[in-house]
Amino acid sequence: MRAQRARERAIHVLLFISALLTVGVTLGIILTLFADTVTFFRNVSPIEFFTGTKWSPTIKPYSYGVLPLVAGTIMVTVGAGAIAIPVGLLSAIYLSEYASERTRSILKPMLEILAGIPTVVYGFFAFAYITPFLKGLFPDISAYNVLSASVVVGIMIIPIVASISEDALRAVPRSLREAGYALGARKVRVIWSIVVPSALSGIVASFILGISRAIGETMAVTIAAGRTPRLVNPLNPADWLKPIETMTAAMVEIGLSDVSGHSIAYKSLFAIGFTLFLMTMALNTVSYYIKMRFREVYR
Amino acid sequence: MRGEEVREKLFMLLALLATLFGIVILAFLLAFTFYEALPWLDWQFLTSPPSRFPERAGIYPSLVGSVMAIALVGVFSVPLGVGAAIYLEEYARRSRIAKLIEINISNLAAVPSIVYGLLGLGLFVSTLHLRPGIVLVGALTLTLLILPIIIVAAQEALRSVPDSLREASIGLGATRWQTVRNVVLPSAMPGILTGVILALSRAIGETAPLIMIGAATSIFTPPKSIFSTYSPLPMQIFMWTDMPKEEFLHGLAPAGIIVLLAVMLSMNAFAVYLRNRYARKLRR
Repeated sequence: MRAQRARERAIHVLLFISALLTVGVTLGIILTLFADTVTFFRNVSPIEFFTGTKWSPTIKPYSYGVLPLVAGTIMVTVGAGAIAIPVGLLSAIYLSEYASERTRSILKPMLEILAGIPTVVYGFFAFAYITPFLKGLFPDISAYNVLSASVVVGIMIIPIVASISEDALRAVPRSLREAGYALGARKVRVIWSIVVPSALSGIVASFILGISRAIGETMAVTIAAGRTPRLVNPLNPADWLKPIETMTAAMVEIGLSDVSGHSIAYKSLFAIGFTLFLMTMALNTVSYYIKMRFREVYR
Repeated sequence: MRGEEVREKLFMLLALLATLFGIVILAFLLAFTFYEALPWLDWQFLTSPPSRFPERAGIYPSLVGSVMAIALVGVFSVPLGVGAAIYLEEYARRSRIAKLIEINISNLAAVPSIVYGLLGLGLFVSTLHLRPGIVLVGALTLTLLILPIIIVAAQEALRSVPDSLREASIGLGATRWQTVRNVVLPSAMPGILTGVILALSRAIGETAPLIMIGAATSIFTPPKSIFSTYSPLPMQIFMWTDMPKEEFLHGLAPAGIIVLLAVMLSMNAFAVYLRNRYARKLRR
């Protein structure tokens, strides 16, 4: 009996340790990124890093201004959001308000396949097929460009937006819709004036999560948008047809080069990674709290 | 009144088109890929090492490497992920620490995969001094990456086991662990396995974190052990999209993609089969 109790205790501890490991992973990420980021900032001032307009970590004269990479990342993210947000929301509305249970059970898994395709494959799609197709519409488009990267990243994040928005729409009680119909409103009116506003926090949370995914996306933007760090102007349409470099693509470039573990270029990898981590973490936290608020409304 | 009816119908059509938008584009892109891959997909492609000459190039070493790494990921991630899920669902329900761990897991799921690559680099290469780019380091890094996915899937499977089963077992005098091992786990197993296979099929397509830990761009012999360097299949595809010769982009890369997707698809199909068998069993 005592032996059994000891065994129960040991198993309890073992299981607890595996759960605690996830906290260890988070701490590991923060410590790893932090340690090398600090070394990086001993050599390059944070002011130069965050306000510098030139990124050239491996070619002399070295310069470590992250702004061109941030600009590139923002452009891809804005483009992807412009596709995924309206398309994802409309899909969510279709699946939750119009589709029959049967149609939904077919369309939803099909939509989820979009998120399951490896990102290297999306990069290939953009570079090999979408850019040549866009060349027909915009003859001066470069082989590497923001537009086709945005298109594939947008397609990739549609399911995230659609699926979380759909959950939010379905959580809106039937009685609210029926009240709308009783007042003589038609379906579209009920959707836009009652259902969507009631589910707004969940919908916004899905947008933020989708955007955070677009910021961290790597292979598709590395292959399709190129590796040319340039400070672009997102409002200039011509810049959408040119190559850029995102934060993640810059990390891939350094990862593929043979810079040594002690060089500043290597340390800059961690500085970008840390910036990226903080950005996506902030977005995820915001999205989590918005979603939590929406959950409580109908309980 | 008529105009309004038309507007109603038009909006429904728009919503339907939006739902089909991504699916249709993906279908087209896959069709192009398959069409370009077809002439290159043969036995020689599957059994040859990569080469500068497109007609002699193949994916054998990277396919073996990827399969080895994924098997290893399974070995590492299943006990850890399922263990964590059992703790959260069966032992620590609704405690504060459980809630904290839970929030942490949802945060981890949102960390970009390339950052996991940096973690792997810092943890396994810089700290533990393992050789960069070996199968073991790749597998460990991917394990950390998919651990949150496995935990969430396993939690859902455990949650779907009715409490009456647990109570019956406890009522017969079984201890908590005996209940978990003999009653809860067997009923949750198919659901857990489904989640694990789906997570593994995602891991096999990951590229960015493996670039960070220094996976090779081309390897000419399959890895002999878990301490050999390897070139994961998606990495090989990435290299082919970057080659100057046209045949690499419009031939070998599509062929590699079709093989990668075929591997992922069969894993997914297996997961769906398990899920269906499980659903039938529950109904009985």
